[in-house]
Amino acid sequence: MMFVPGNNPGMMADAHIYGPDSIMLDLEDSVTMAEKDAARLLVHNALKSIDFGGTEMVVRINPLNTPYGRKDVEAVVKAGVDVIRMPKTETADEVRELEAEIIKVETELGCVGRTLIMAAIESALGVVNAYEIATASKRMMGIALGAEDYSANLKTQRTPGGAELLLARETIVVAARAAGIACFDTVYSNLDDMDTFRKEVELIKSLGFDGKSIINPRQIEVVNEVFAPSQKDIDKALRIIAAIKEAQAKGSGVIAVNGKMVDRPVVIRAERTVALAIASGILAKEEAL
Amino acid sequence: MRHTKLVTLEEAILRSGLKDGMTISFHHHFRGGDKVVNMVVAKLAEMGFKNLHLAASSLSDVHAPLIEHIKSGVITKISTSGLRGELANEISHGLLKEPVIFRSHGGRGSAIASGELHIDVAFLGASSCDELGNASGCPRSENAKSICGSLGYALPDARYADHVVILTDDLVAYPNVPKSISACDVESVVVVESVGDSSKISSGAIRDSKNPRDILLAKQAAKVIINSGYFNEGFSIQTGTGGASLAAVKYIRESMLEKGIKASFALGGITAHMVKLHQEGLIGRLVDVQSFDKVAAESIANDQLHQEVSAVEYASADHVGSAVHALDIVILSALEVDVNFNVNVLVGSDGIIRGAIGGHPDTAEDSALSIIVCPLLRGRIPCVVPKVTTLITPGKGVDVVVTEYGIAVNPARPEIAQRLVEAGLKVVDINELAAKARSIIGEPDALPFGDRVVGIVMDRHGKVLDEIRNIVD
Repeated sequence: MMFVPGNNPGMMADAHIYGPDSIMLDLEDSVTMAEKDAARLLVHNALKSIDFGGTEMVVRINPLNTPYGRKDVEAVVKAGVDVIRMPKTETADEVRELEAEIIKVETELGCVGRTLIMAAIESALGVVNAYEIATASKRMMGIALGAEDYSANLKTQRTPGGAELLLARETIVVAARAAGIACFDTVYSNLDDMDTFRKEVELIKSLGFDGKSIINPRQIEVVNEVFAPSQKDIDKALRIIAAIKEAQAKGSGVIAVNGKMVDRPVVIRAERTVALAIASGILAKEEAL
Repeated sequence: MRHTKLVTLEEAILRSGLKDGMTISFHHHFRGGDKVVNMVVAKLAEMGFKNLHLAASSLSDVHAPLIEHIKSGVITKISTSGLRGELANEISHGLLKEPVIFRSHGGRGSAIASGELHIDVAFLGASSCDELGNASGCPRSENAKSICGSLGYALPDARYADHVVILTDDLVAYPNVPKSISACDVESVVVVESVGDSSKISSGAIRDSKNPRDILLAKQAAKVIINSGYFNEGFSIQTGTGGASLAAVKYIRESMLEKGIKASFALGGITAHMVKLHQEGLIGRLVDVQSFDKVAAESIANDQLHQEVSAVEYASADHVGSAVHALDIVILSALEVDVNFNVNVLVGSDGIIRGAIGGHPDTAEDSALSIIVCPLLRGRIPCVVPKVTTLITPGKGVDVVVTEYGIAVNPARPEIAQRLVEAGLKVVDINELAAKARSIIGEPDALPFGDRVVGIVMDRHGKVLDEIRNIVD
């Protein structure tokens, strides 16, 4: 998910050419108070008029307790955004409040249920309430860590190793998995240190995150490289899926591939590997069928 | 020294026999730091000359003082490869009565060699020179003030002009060897305070572009090369100096290392990037008509395998021995490309002259694979268009166009398209790219061209290719 300032038309127009999985147009922290209205108008028109080539479109709105939040919701829902990212989420009630706002606009438009929600967890309270937040609405598609505010709230600061974020990261992954939704890690802002960035991506992948938030197209390649499954993994996954299909056709239950029993978790992992391989462009859809 | 050609600039001009209406020439190896053109033309104005034809290998922003000399009638005709800045703007608005004649570097070399462009007096800046006129772009003493490396574009002038004046800011003891320009071709040597500010040739260090669009274009261009069928042991390559071209070198290098492939030579404007690959043993020889930065200029001074070529040896269409005939791959930029693969590198989308032909048509036509790298859009300006504003490089010489929205391959090269598709690259019809640009930006208004011809573009074979009209505000 690539963050793009909502007050920069050039960056918004270009964002999709770099091939991020989703684009998050930001109305919150990257836009100054003086530009909030102008940015909202820009993002509204960008969503309506720019061909983002099928990329999932997310907008980070201002909190509902600011003078801008509700106007942001109205503008982006009307423009047909896929997902609203709610910043600084601390409780399930806040999610429900956002949902009510979305329903208000969607009812007016006659498209109730179209807009999904992603909640950014950026405080200790948010981490404690992670599961409740993740399950607060059927519209919840994911939760994400916002590490800058979170580490400030913890009264610490970010370190290259990320020890201060470990509990939050693990909690968010567990909450997301328990709720059956996606989870995304925070941004890494030093563009000149790609090595540390790569280590961080490797870490969050191993923790179970579905993806990483990024602030520059130059970071996309690293994320894709780390998340892309190896050819060996893909071949194995394809063999497992082929075997299970064959077994199902014959009506047999448990099967073995290369002498190892294939049960449900193995199949789920194989399907996920194939889906990732397709998403990473390593595997053509037709080959997976 | 019993013989000396040392004189003042004024004496050199008097000795040259220069008369009103004659042709004077200059090179542009000091690029944005050049001081020779302005210095000499100011002196000619002071001495009362009128109606001169200024034939430079190129002109840039730094030559804005020529505007006054055009207004006062000292210069009434210009031949060049490029024009930029205020001078270009004024000429686009009709400053000169006679159209500027634009030629490619190879075209200029050929025109001088054939006599089509006859030079009466050449004023050539050199970073070192001895009293008899052996001149070089390399510094040869502790007092050296400038460095430009190759003097490739000055060599046809030195050889074919009726009278040659060298201007230098470092007079060294005879013999100044190895020399670029031979004393036998030189009539006068003038010592001046400074011929050029070498720091304005380009900065010294390699800086990799951090512009994500340049990086995207560079990676795509590198993938095109690697999968084109021409990326084989002993291949040869030329790249431009744009951010994307330079970044592409980095990715090509990675592939060369990975596959164990080495290039036989790199041609053209030589940059620090190419010098680095050469020093690593990945490129056998550097064939240098123009040193684009200080690193390249220093390399040509010290490395036997880094050799100077003249504009004729570089890119002449008429001389089969010219290097472009041996060139496999060239990466080029563009202001505009049209749906017939024609390229414009000279006139902006606002109708104002803002570029240089350089070796674009020469290398595109004679290389085995020519790749144009250009964004689909520059801000609100579309770069893939239905028809180029000015035709500089005919589409028959252009094989591949790389944009951030996809790669277009000239229908005349189906085998390349097939290889790129097989490699998984996004190959699209160039008409789709033009349509995409228009869908984003809309239909631009027609340019407000007037009736006067302010520029004539000659092709590299000496025929008129296109004309540029004045722009009316």
